[in-house]
Amino acid sequence: MIWDNFRIALQAIRANKMRSLLTMLGIIIGVAAVIAVVSIVQGLNHVIATELEGVGVTYIVVYPRQDLQDPDLAGREVTLTYDDGLAIMEQATGLELFNPVFYRGEQTRSGDRRHPTTLLGIGPSHQEVMDHWVDEGRFFSELDLQRAARVALIGRKVIEELELEEPILGSDLIVGASSFTIIGIMEYKGETVGRSQDDFVLVPITTARDIYGVDAVKQLRLDFKAASPDTVDLAKDQIGEVLRRRHRIAEGTKDDFRVFLQEEILESTGAILGTVTSVVGGVVGIALLVGGIGIMNIMLVSVTERTREIGVRKAVGARKSDILVQFLTEAVTISLVGGLIGIVCGWGLGIIGANAIPGFPPAHVPLWAIALAFGFAAIVGIFFGTYPAAKAASLDPIDALRYE
Amino acid sequence: MLISISNLRKLYSMGEIEVRALDGVDLEVEAGDYLAIMGPSGSGKSTLMNLIGCLDTPSSGEYILNGHAVSGLDDSELALIRNSEIGFVFQTFNLLSRATALANVELPLIYARMPAAKRRQRALEALERVGLADRVKHQPNELSGGQRQRVAVARALVNRPSILLADEPTGNLDSKTSEEIMALFDELNDAGNTIVLVSHEEDIAAHARRTIRLLDGKVVSDGRPTDGGAGP
Repeated sequence: MIWDNFRIALQAIRANKMRSLLTMLGIIIGVAAVIAVVSIVQGLNHVIATELEGVGVTYIVVYPRQDLQDPDLAGREVTLTYDDGLAIMEQATGLELFNPVFYRGEQTRSGDRRHPTTLLGIGPSHQEVMDHWVDEGRFFSELDLQRAARVALIGRKVIEELELEEPILGSDLIVGASSFTIIGIMEYKGETVGRSQDDFVLVPITTARDIYGVDAVKQLRLDFKAASPDTVDLAKDQIGEVLRRRHRIAEGTKDDFRVFLQEEILESTGAILGTVTSVVGGVVGIALLVGGIGIMNIMLVSVTERTREIGVRKAVGARKSDILVQFLTEAVTISLVGGLIGIVCGWGLGIIGANAIPGFPPAHVPLWAIALAFGFAAIVGIFFGTYPAAKAASLDPIDALRYE
Repeated sequence: MLISISNLRKLYSMGEIEVRALDGVDLEVEAGDYLAIMGPSGSGKSTLMNLIGCLDTPSSGEYILNGHAVSGLDDSELALIRNSEIGFVFQTFNLLSRATALANVELPLIYARMPAAKRRQRALEALERVGLADRVKHQPNELSGGQRQRVAVARALVNRPSILLADEPTGNLDSKTSEEIMALFDELNDAGNTIVLVSHEEDIAAHARRTIRLLDGKVVSDGRPTDGGAGP
């Protein structure tokens, strides 16, 4: 019986192909939008999750906060120094490792090839804190750090851009105005949202101080690793206290630094994605509403056109419920076929979108999104098909048979 | 008695005026009978036809069809009776235009909830019975008027109803095709099917073995060749 109704419905759709397609358009657009957005959001989530997986939830990062608009900071010299980091390690509990990071953009050069990259001056715990390790060669020794040796570790992207040739280890690299000996290559990280994670040159922080001057290393990024995920929140509070005291920040004025937890980074990106999803959700809701009204409209036309058919069916023994189910099935079939087309279109859009953004993972449409899209389409079909179907079911057989 | 109708009334109110479409009709039909209902337009023959066909319910009076007291049934019970007890043949054929002859004939069996394989077999048998075994895959627009009416007769027969109810079955056919269709009805009656025929054409009604005439909602004559007299 259900199968018979489904066949009748497909027959009716085929008999009016253009009309059916136009009717489905609202559903197609709505479902395609759902699928496209879900596939892209899933991709972003995947990117962020894999990126953060590396450093882990115990990673805490402190940035100097410069804001010329902020009266609390205006006229002050904003600093975040190695000594701040040492004081935090001394006074805060629950922290395991500390790594100061000096960062600035620099031009690298090898032969006649140039490549702008990021120079990072780092401390001895960089590998452990970032969970990013030397792949070939060796890390900086204590001696390198003490003597401010002109040695560098490089990312794969730099090798690629400068077309460095083997043997890379032991060869020289010009960064800015200084020459460094390459002593190691860091492990490959790949791309995140189109940005290479392997485009950097690491040098000892002492070397950076030597080259750029003491004042230049007064605005560092301080990386910490908490002893365990449980101590992260406490450590964050204590970092704040230590820094406020050292920077003499009065009660009620704003901090000149910012402490970020991995969790918060996750949360804030999650919040952005959530906003995107809800905006698109609203658009989709409207599209589905319009699509549903279109279905109701066309079903009312269909019921009128097929009045005699309804009369015949009733005359040969169809009950009200049979007619109701038949037309409801037709409405749901229209919206499900629309949903199917929408899924295919949305998937296509997702693939195009993912390809348009370099480094984006291939579009992935999870099963639940397909189920959701189908579910929505079915609900729209049932909701907007009920009135026309009930109208068909309640036709009087004698009047329906006489209808011209 | 297959059909037992007593004092059947059907009233319509058209605004202030009350129309008595049927005004106390008594009628009995035995199984295997071949009855023609005649009368001018407005005589109430269509109303009587609709009531006998369980498409409508009377305002008062009693109608017992094959043991079912039809008067008090609700919509879905009436649908069930129409499905199992009555086979309709209409003047305008009323076939589903997008369905094949076979699918049209299967229609009553779908509503009888018969399994697909059995349905198909029964429908093929019915089409063979009306001489359309070679046209089962044709759609109505590929068939002649006479063939379409044969499909309609097959559809009426397929669920083995107790009566075949034909409303001006030859009204849209030429005289030669009309004779063929009437010959089919005669044959079906000879095979034991009860037939009730509504017509205003004397030569069509002449095929029946009994003729009742209606006027102003009343039976004015009930002619049986056997007794030749008026009804009760």
